[in-house]
Amino acid sequence: MNKPITVFSRRDALKLAGAAGFAGTVAVYPSRRSFASSTKEYTLNVDADRIAVDGVSSNAILMGGSVPAPTMRWREGDEVVVYATNRLDAPTSIHWHGLLIEGVMDGAPGFNGYVAIQPGETYTYRFKLRQAGTYWYHSHSAMQEQQGMYGAIVIEPSGREPVRADRDYVVVLSDHTQEDPMRVLSNLKADAGYYNYGKRTLIDFFRDANRDGFNTALKDRMEWGDMRMDPTDLADVTGYTFLINGRGPKDNWTALFNPGERIRLRFINASAMSFFDVRIPGLPMTVFSADGQNVQPVRVDEFRFGVGETYDVIVLPRDDKAFTIFAEPIDRSGHARATLAPREGMEAAIPEPRPRTILSMADMGMAHGGMDHGSMTGMNHGPMAGGAMSSGAMGGMDHSKMGGAPMAGMDHGAMGHGGAAAEGGERRPFGWADASTPPGMKALDYADLKASTPNSDDREPTQEIEVRLTGIMERYMWNLNGRPFGKDEPIRVAYGDRVRLKFVNTTMMAHPMHLHGMFVELENGQTDRKPRKHVVVVPPGKTVSAVLTANEPGDWPFHCHLIYHMEAGMMTRFIVEPKSA
Amino acid sequence: MKSMFGRYNPRQKLAFLAGFMPALFLFGPAQSAEPGQLFTFFQAEQFEYRANDGQDSLNWDAQGWIGNDDHKAWLKTEGEKPTDGQLEKGEIQLLYSRRISDFFDAQAGVRYDIEPGPERGFGVFALQGLAPYWFEVDASAFVSNKGELSARFEAEYDLLITQKLILQPTAEVNLAAQSVRERGIGSGINDVELGLRLRYEIERSFAPYIGISWERKIGETADFARDEGEDIDNLSFVTGIRFSF
Repeated sequence: MNKPITVFSRRDALKLAGAAGFAGTVAVYPSRRSFASSTKEYTLNVDADRIAVDGVSSNAILMGGSVPAPTMRWREGDEVVVYATNRLDAPTSIHWHGLLIEGVMDGAPGFNGYVAIQPGETYTYRFKLRQAGTYWYHSHSAMQEQQGMYGAIVIEPSGREPVRADRDYVVVLSDHTQEDPMRVLSNLKADAGYYNYGKRTLIDFFRDANRDGFNTALKDRMEWGDMRMDPTDLADVTGYTFLINGRGPKDNWTALFNPGERIRLRFINASAMSFFDVRIPGLPMTVFSADGQNVQPVRVDEFRFGVGETYDVIVLPRDDKAFTIFAEPIDRSGHARATLAPREGMEAAIPEPRPRTILSMADMGMAHGGMDHGSMTGMNHGPMAGGAMSSGAMGGMDHSKMGGAPMAGMDHGAMGHGGAAAEGGERRPFGWADASTPPGMKALDYADLKASTPNSDDREPTQEIEVRLTGIMERYMWNLNGRPFGKDEPIRVAYGDRVRLKFVNTTMMAHPMHLHGMFVELENGQTDRKPRKHVVVVPPGKTVSAVLTANEPGDWPFHCHLIYHMEAGMMTRFIVEPKSA
Repeated sequence: MKSMFGRYNPRQKLAFLAGFMPALFLFGPAQSAEPGQLFTFFQAEQFEYRANDGQDSLNWDAQGWIGNDDHKAWLKTEGEKPTDGQLEKGEIQLLYSRRISDFFDAQAGVRYDIEPGPERGFGVFALQGLAPYWFEVDASAFVSNKGELSARFEAEYDLLITQKLILQPTAEVNLAAQSVRERGIGSGINDVELGLRLRYEIERSFAPYIGISWERKIGETADFARDEGEDIDNLSFVTGIRFSF
C-alpha cells in the first residue's frame, strides 16, 4: 500500500488555497508516489478552524485546508484514492456529488454500508471515474457542508472536450453564516420566519391598497392569512455572506483573461440554502453542460440554479475591460460577486440589486383547482422576457397548458392580469419564477436543456413513483410523502427497471431534489434527448417529472438538498434491489 | 396538595415542579427526524415595568419548551411583583405538549400558583397554536385541587409596521365556573386584559418595547375587589424587553 506523503501544514495549505483560489487551479498535490498514471492519491484532512471572509473571521470546517476545499482535477478512467482523515471531534463524511460510484464509496453515512468517519480515523475512498464533467464534493454529516466542507471536482473526458476553451475556471457559489448551523435550525424550529426580513408590512399594505384598491389588498392579505402562509418566504435563512470560491463580495475573487479568449466557467451551487440568479452583465453565456452532463449549447444572459446543480458555460469577452460575475439569491438578501478581468486589480460596476419577488397563489398550487397536471413537463425557471408582468390577484389563467405538451418557457408568475404593472416606473416581480429578467434578455429555462447525445434507454417507464414534497412551514417540518426520514417508507425498484419519478411539490418553497448514485432524465419536453441531472429543482406548487434507469444497485439517499430541510427530515432511501441471481 | 406543599418554601416548590420537565417528556416517544434530536426555546414575551396609578410593578410572561416536532415539555410562567413589595401574582405551568394539527398543540399538565394565596395546584388542559389570520392563541382550562373550574383565553397578533418595528395587540380573558371568595374570584367572566405594545427588534431575539396595558375586573370579581377597596380597573404604561434564547 502506498502511504500518502502529501502532508503539508495547514498554514501552507491556506496559502496554497489562496493562490489556487486566485488562479482557479489545483491545491492538492497528487502523491509523488503515484507513478501509475491511472491512479491518483490524495490526502484530505478535515479540520475545524477559522476563516476570513471580507475581513471578518468566523468558524469553519475545512477540507484539505481551505474553503472551498481544493479543486479535484481528475480524468475520466482514472482510479482515485482519497485518504480522508477526521480531525474534528465529531463524525464526518465526504460525499462525491454526482459521481457514478459504488455505494460504499458514495460517502453518505447510514447508506450503502458506509459508516461516518469517526474522530481521529482515516477512511480510504477508492473509485474509478466513469464519467467526465463538473461535479463537487461535500460533507454528508450534520451541517458541516454549511460550515465550509465543499469543493469542486473537474473531470476531463477521456476523449475530446465538447468545447474548446483557452481558460478554465471553477466558480463555486456558497452561502456563509457566522452562526452555528444548529442554532440556525433551532431558531427556525422556534420561529419559521426568524430570518425573514422581507415580510409584508403595514407600509406594504398601504402601498398595495393605493395601487390595487383597499379591498383587493385586504382580500389578498386575508387569503394568505387564512392559509397561515407567508408569500414572502423565499429563503428560510438570511444573514449569509455569499461567496465565490470562498471569497466575499469585497474580497472579489478575480479570474484573468486576454480579450478574445474563450473562457470556460464551471458554476457550482455549493450553498446550503440559496438559489441564485447568475449573470455577467455585458457578457452572454453559452450553457453547454448541466450537472456535469453535456447539453446542446444554449445562449443565455442569466440562469437560476438550485443547491447542488452545476452549469458549465463559455464566455467570450472581446473587450479589454473587466466584467462582474454577479449572483443574487432569490430573496435578494445580498449578492455574490467576482470579476473577470484582463489584469489584476480591475473591477466592473456592481449591478443594482433586483427587486425581491413575492409568491403567488399559483406557487401554492392554489390556482390549479384540482386539475390533473401529472404530465406537466415544463419548468418555469426564469420568466418570460417582456415587461407585461404585473401583480395582484391571479385569475387562474395558467391552466391552458396543463396536460402533457411541452411547455417551453411557461411561467405562471408572468401571466399578466391587468394590475398595475409599473407604477412609479418599477415593475414588481410576482411569482417564484420571476427573476426580474429585463425585456429582451434570455434566462435559462429547464425546457432549454437538451442532452448532447440521445438517451441510451428509450423504454417507457414501467413504474411511476409519486414523491410528494411535503412540510409544515410554520413548524419548520419538512419531509417526503408526509413522513420524515426515519419514519419514511423507502422507495424500492428492481435493478434495470425504467422508472418515472413524479415530484409533486405541495409546499410553498422550491426544493432541489437530489438522488445519489444515478442520473435522472428530466422530462422537460425533450423526447430522446432529455437532460441528465443529479438535482431537479421543483418549484413551489408545481409538478416535475424525471425518468431513470435503475442500473446502480444500492441503497441511495434521495433528499432535498437544502440542508436545513434535509436535516429536518426531507430525505428517504431509494433502494435499487440487486440483480437477482 | 396544600398540606403536601405547605412545608416547603416557594423555591423548593419550583424545584420540585421543574423536576416534572423530564418526566413529562417521557409521556411520548421521541419521533423527530433524527432520533434524540431535541430543540429548546425560551421566550419572555413580556418582561416589563408597569407604571400604574398606584403601585408600580414588575411583570413577566414567559414560555419555554424542550422537545421535538411532535412532543414537547412546555413551561409557562407569569407574574407580578410590586416594586416595593412581595410577589403579588406568580404562576408556573408545566405541560406536556403534543402536536395535533399543522398549527395546534394540545397540552396537559399542572399549574401551581405561588401567589395569590391561599396556594392552589391545578390540572391544566390547553390548546395552543396559530389560528387563521396569524393570531397566536392559547385556550386553557384549569381544575384546582379543590375542584374549582376556571379558564383563560389569550390571543396576540403581530402587526409589522416595518420589518423591525412591530405593534402587538394582546387580549386575555379569565373565567371561572364558581366563586372563590378568598382568592377574589367570582363566577363568570373575571377580568379582561388588553395590551398594546410597540417593540423594536434590534435582533429577532431582543426587542425593547413600550406600550399600555388595561385591565378590568368584571361581575362578581369586580364586586369582591370593591369590597376589598381595590380598583376594578387599571391602566398602566409599560416599558420592557421581549427576549428569547
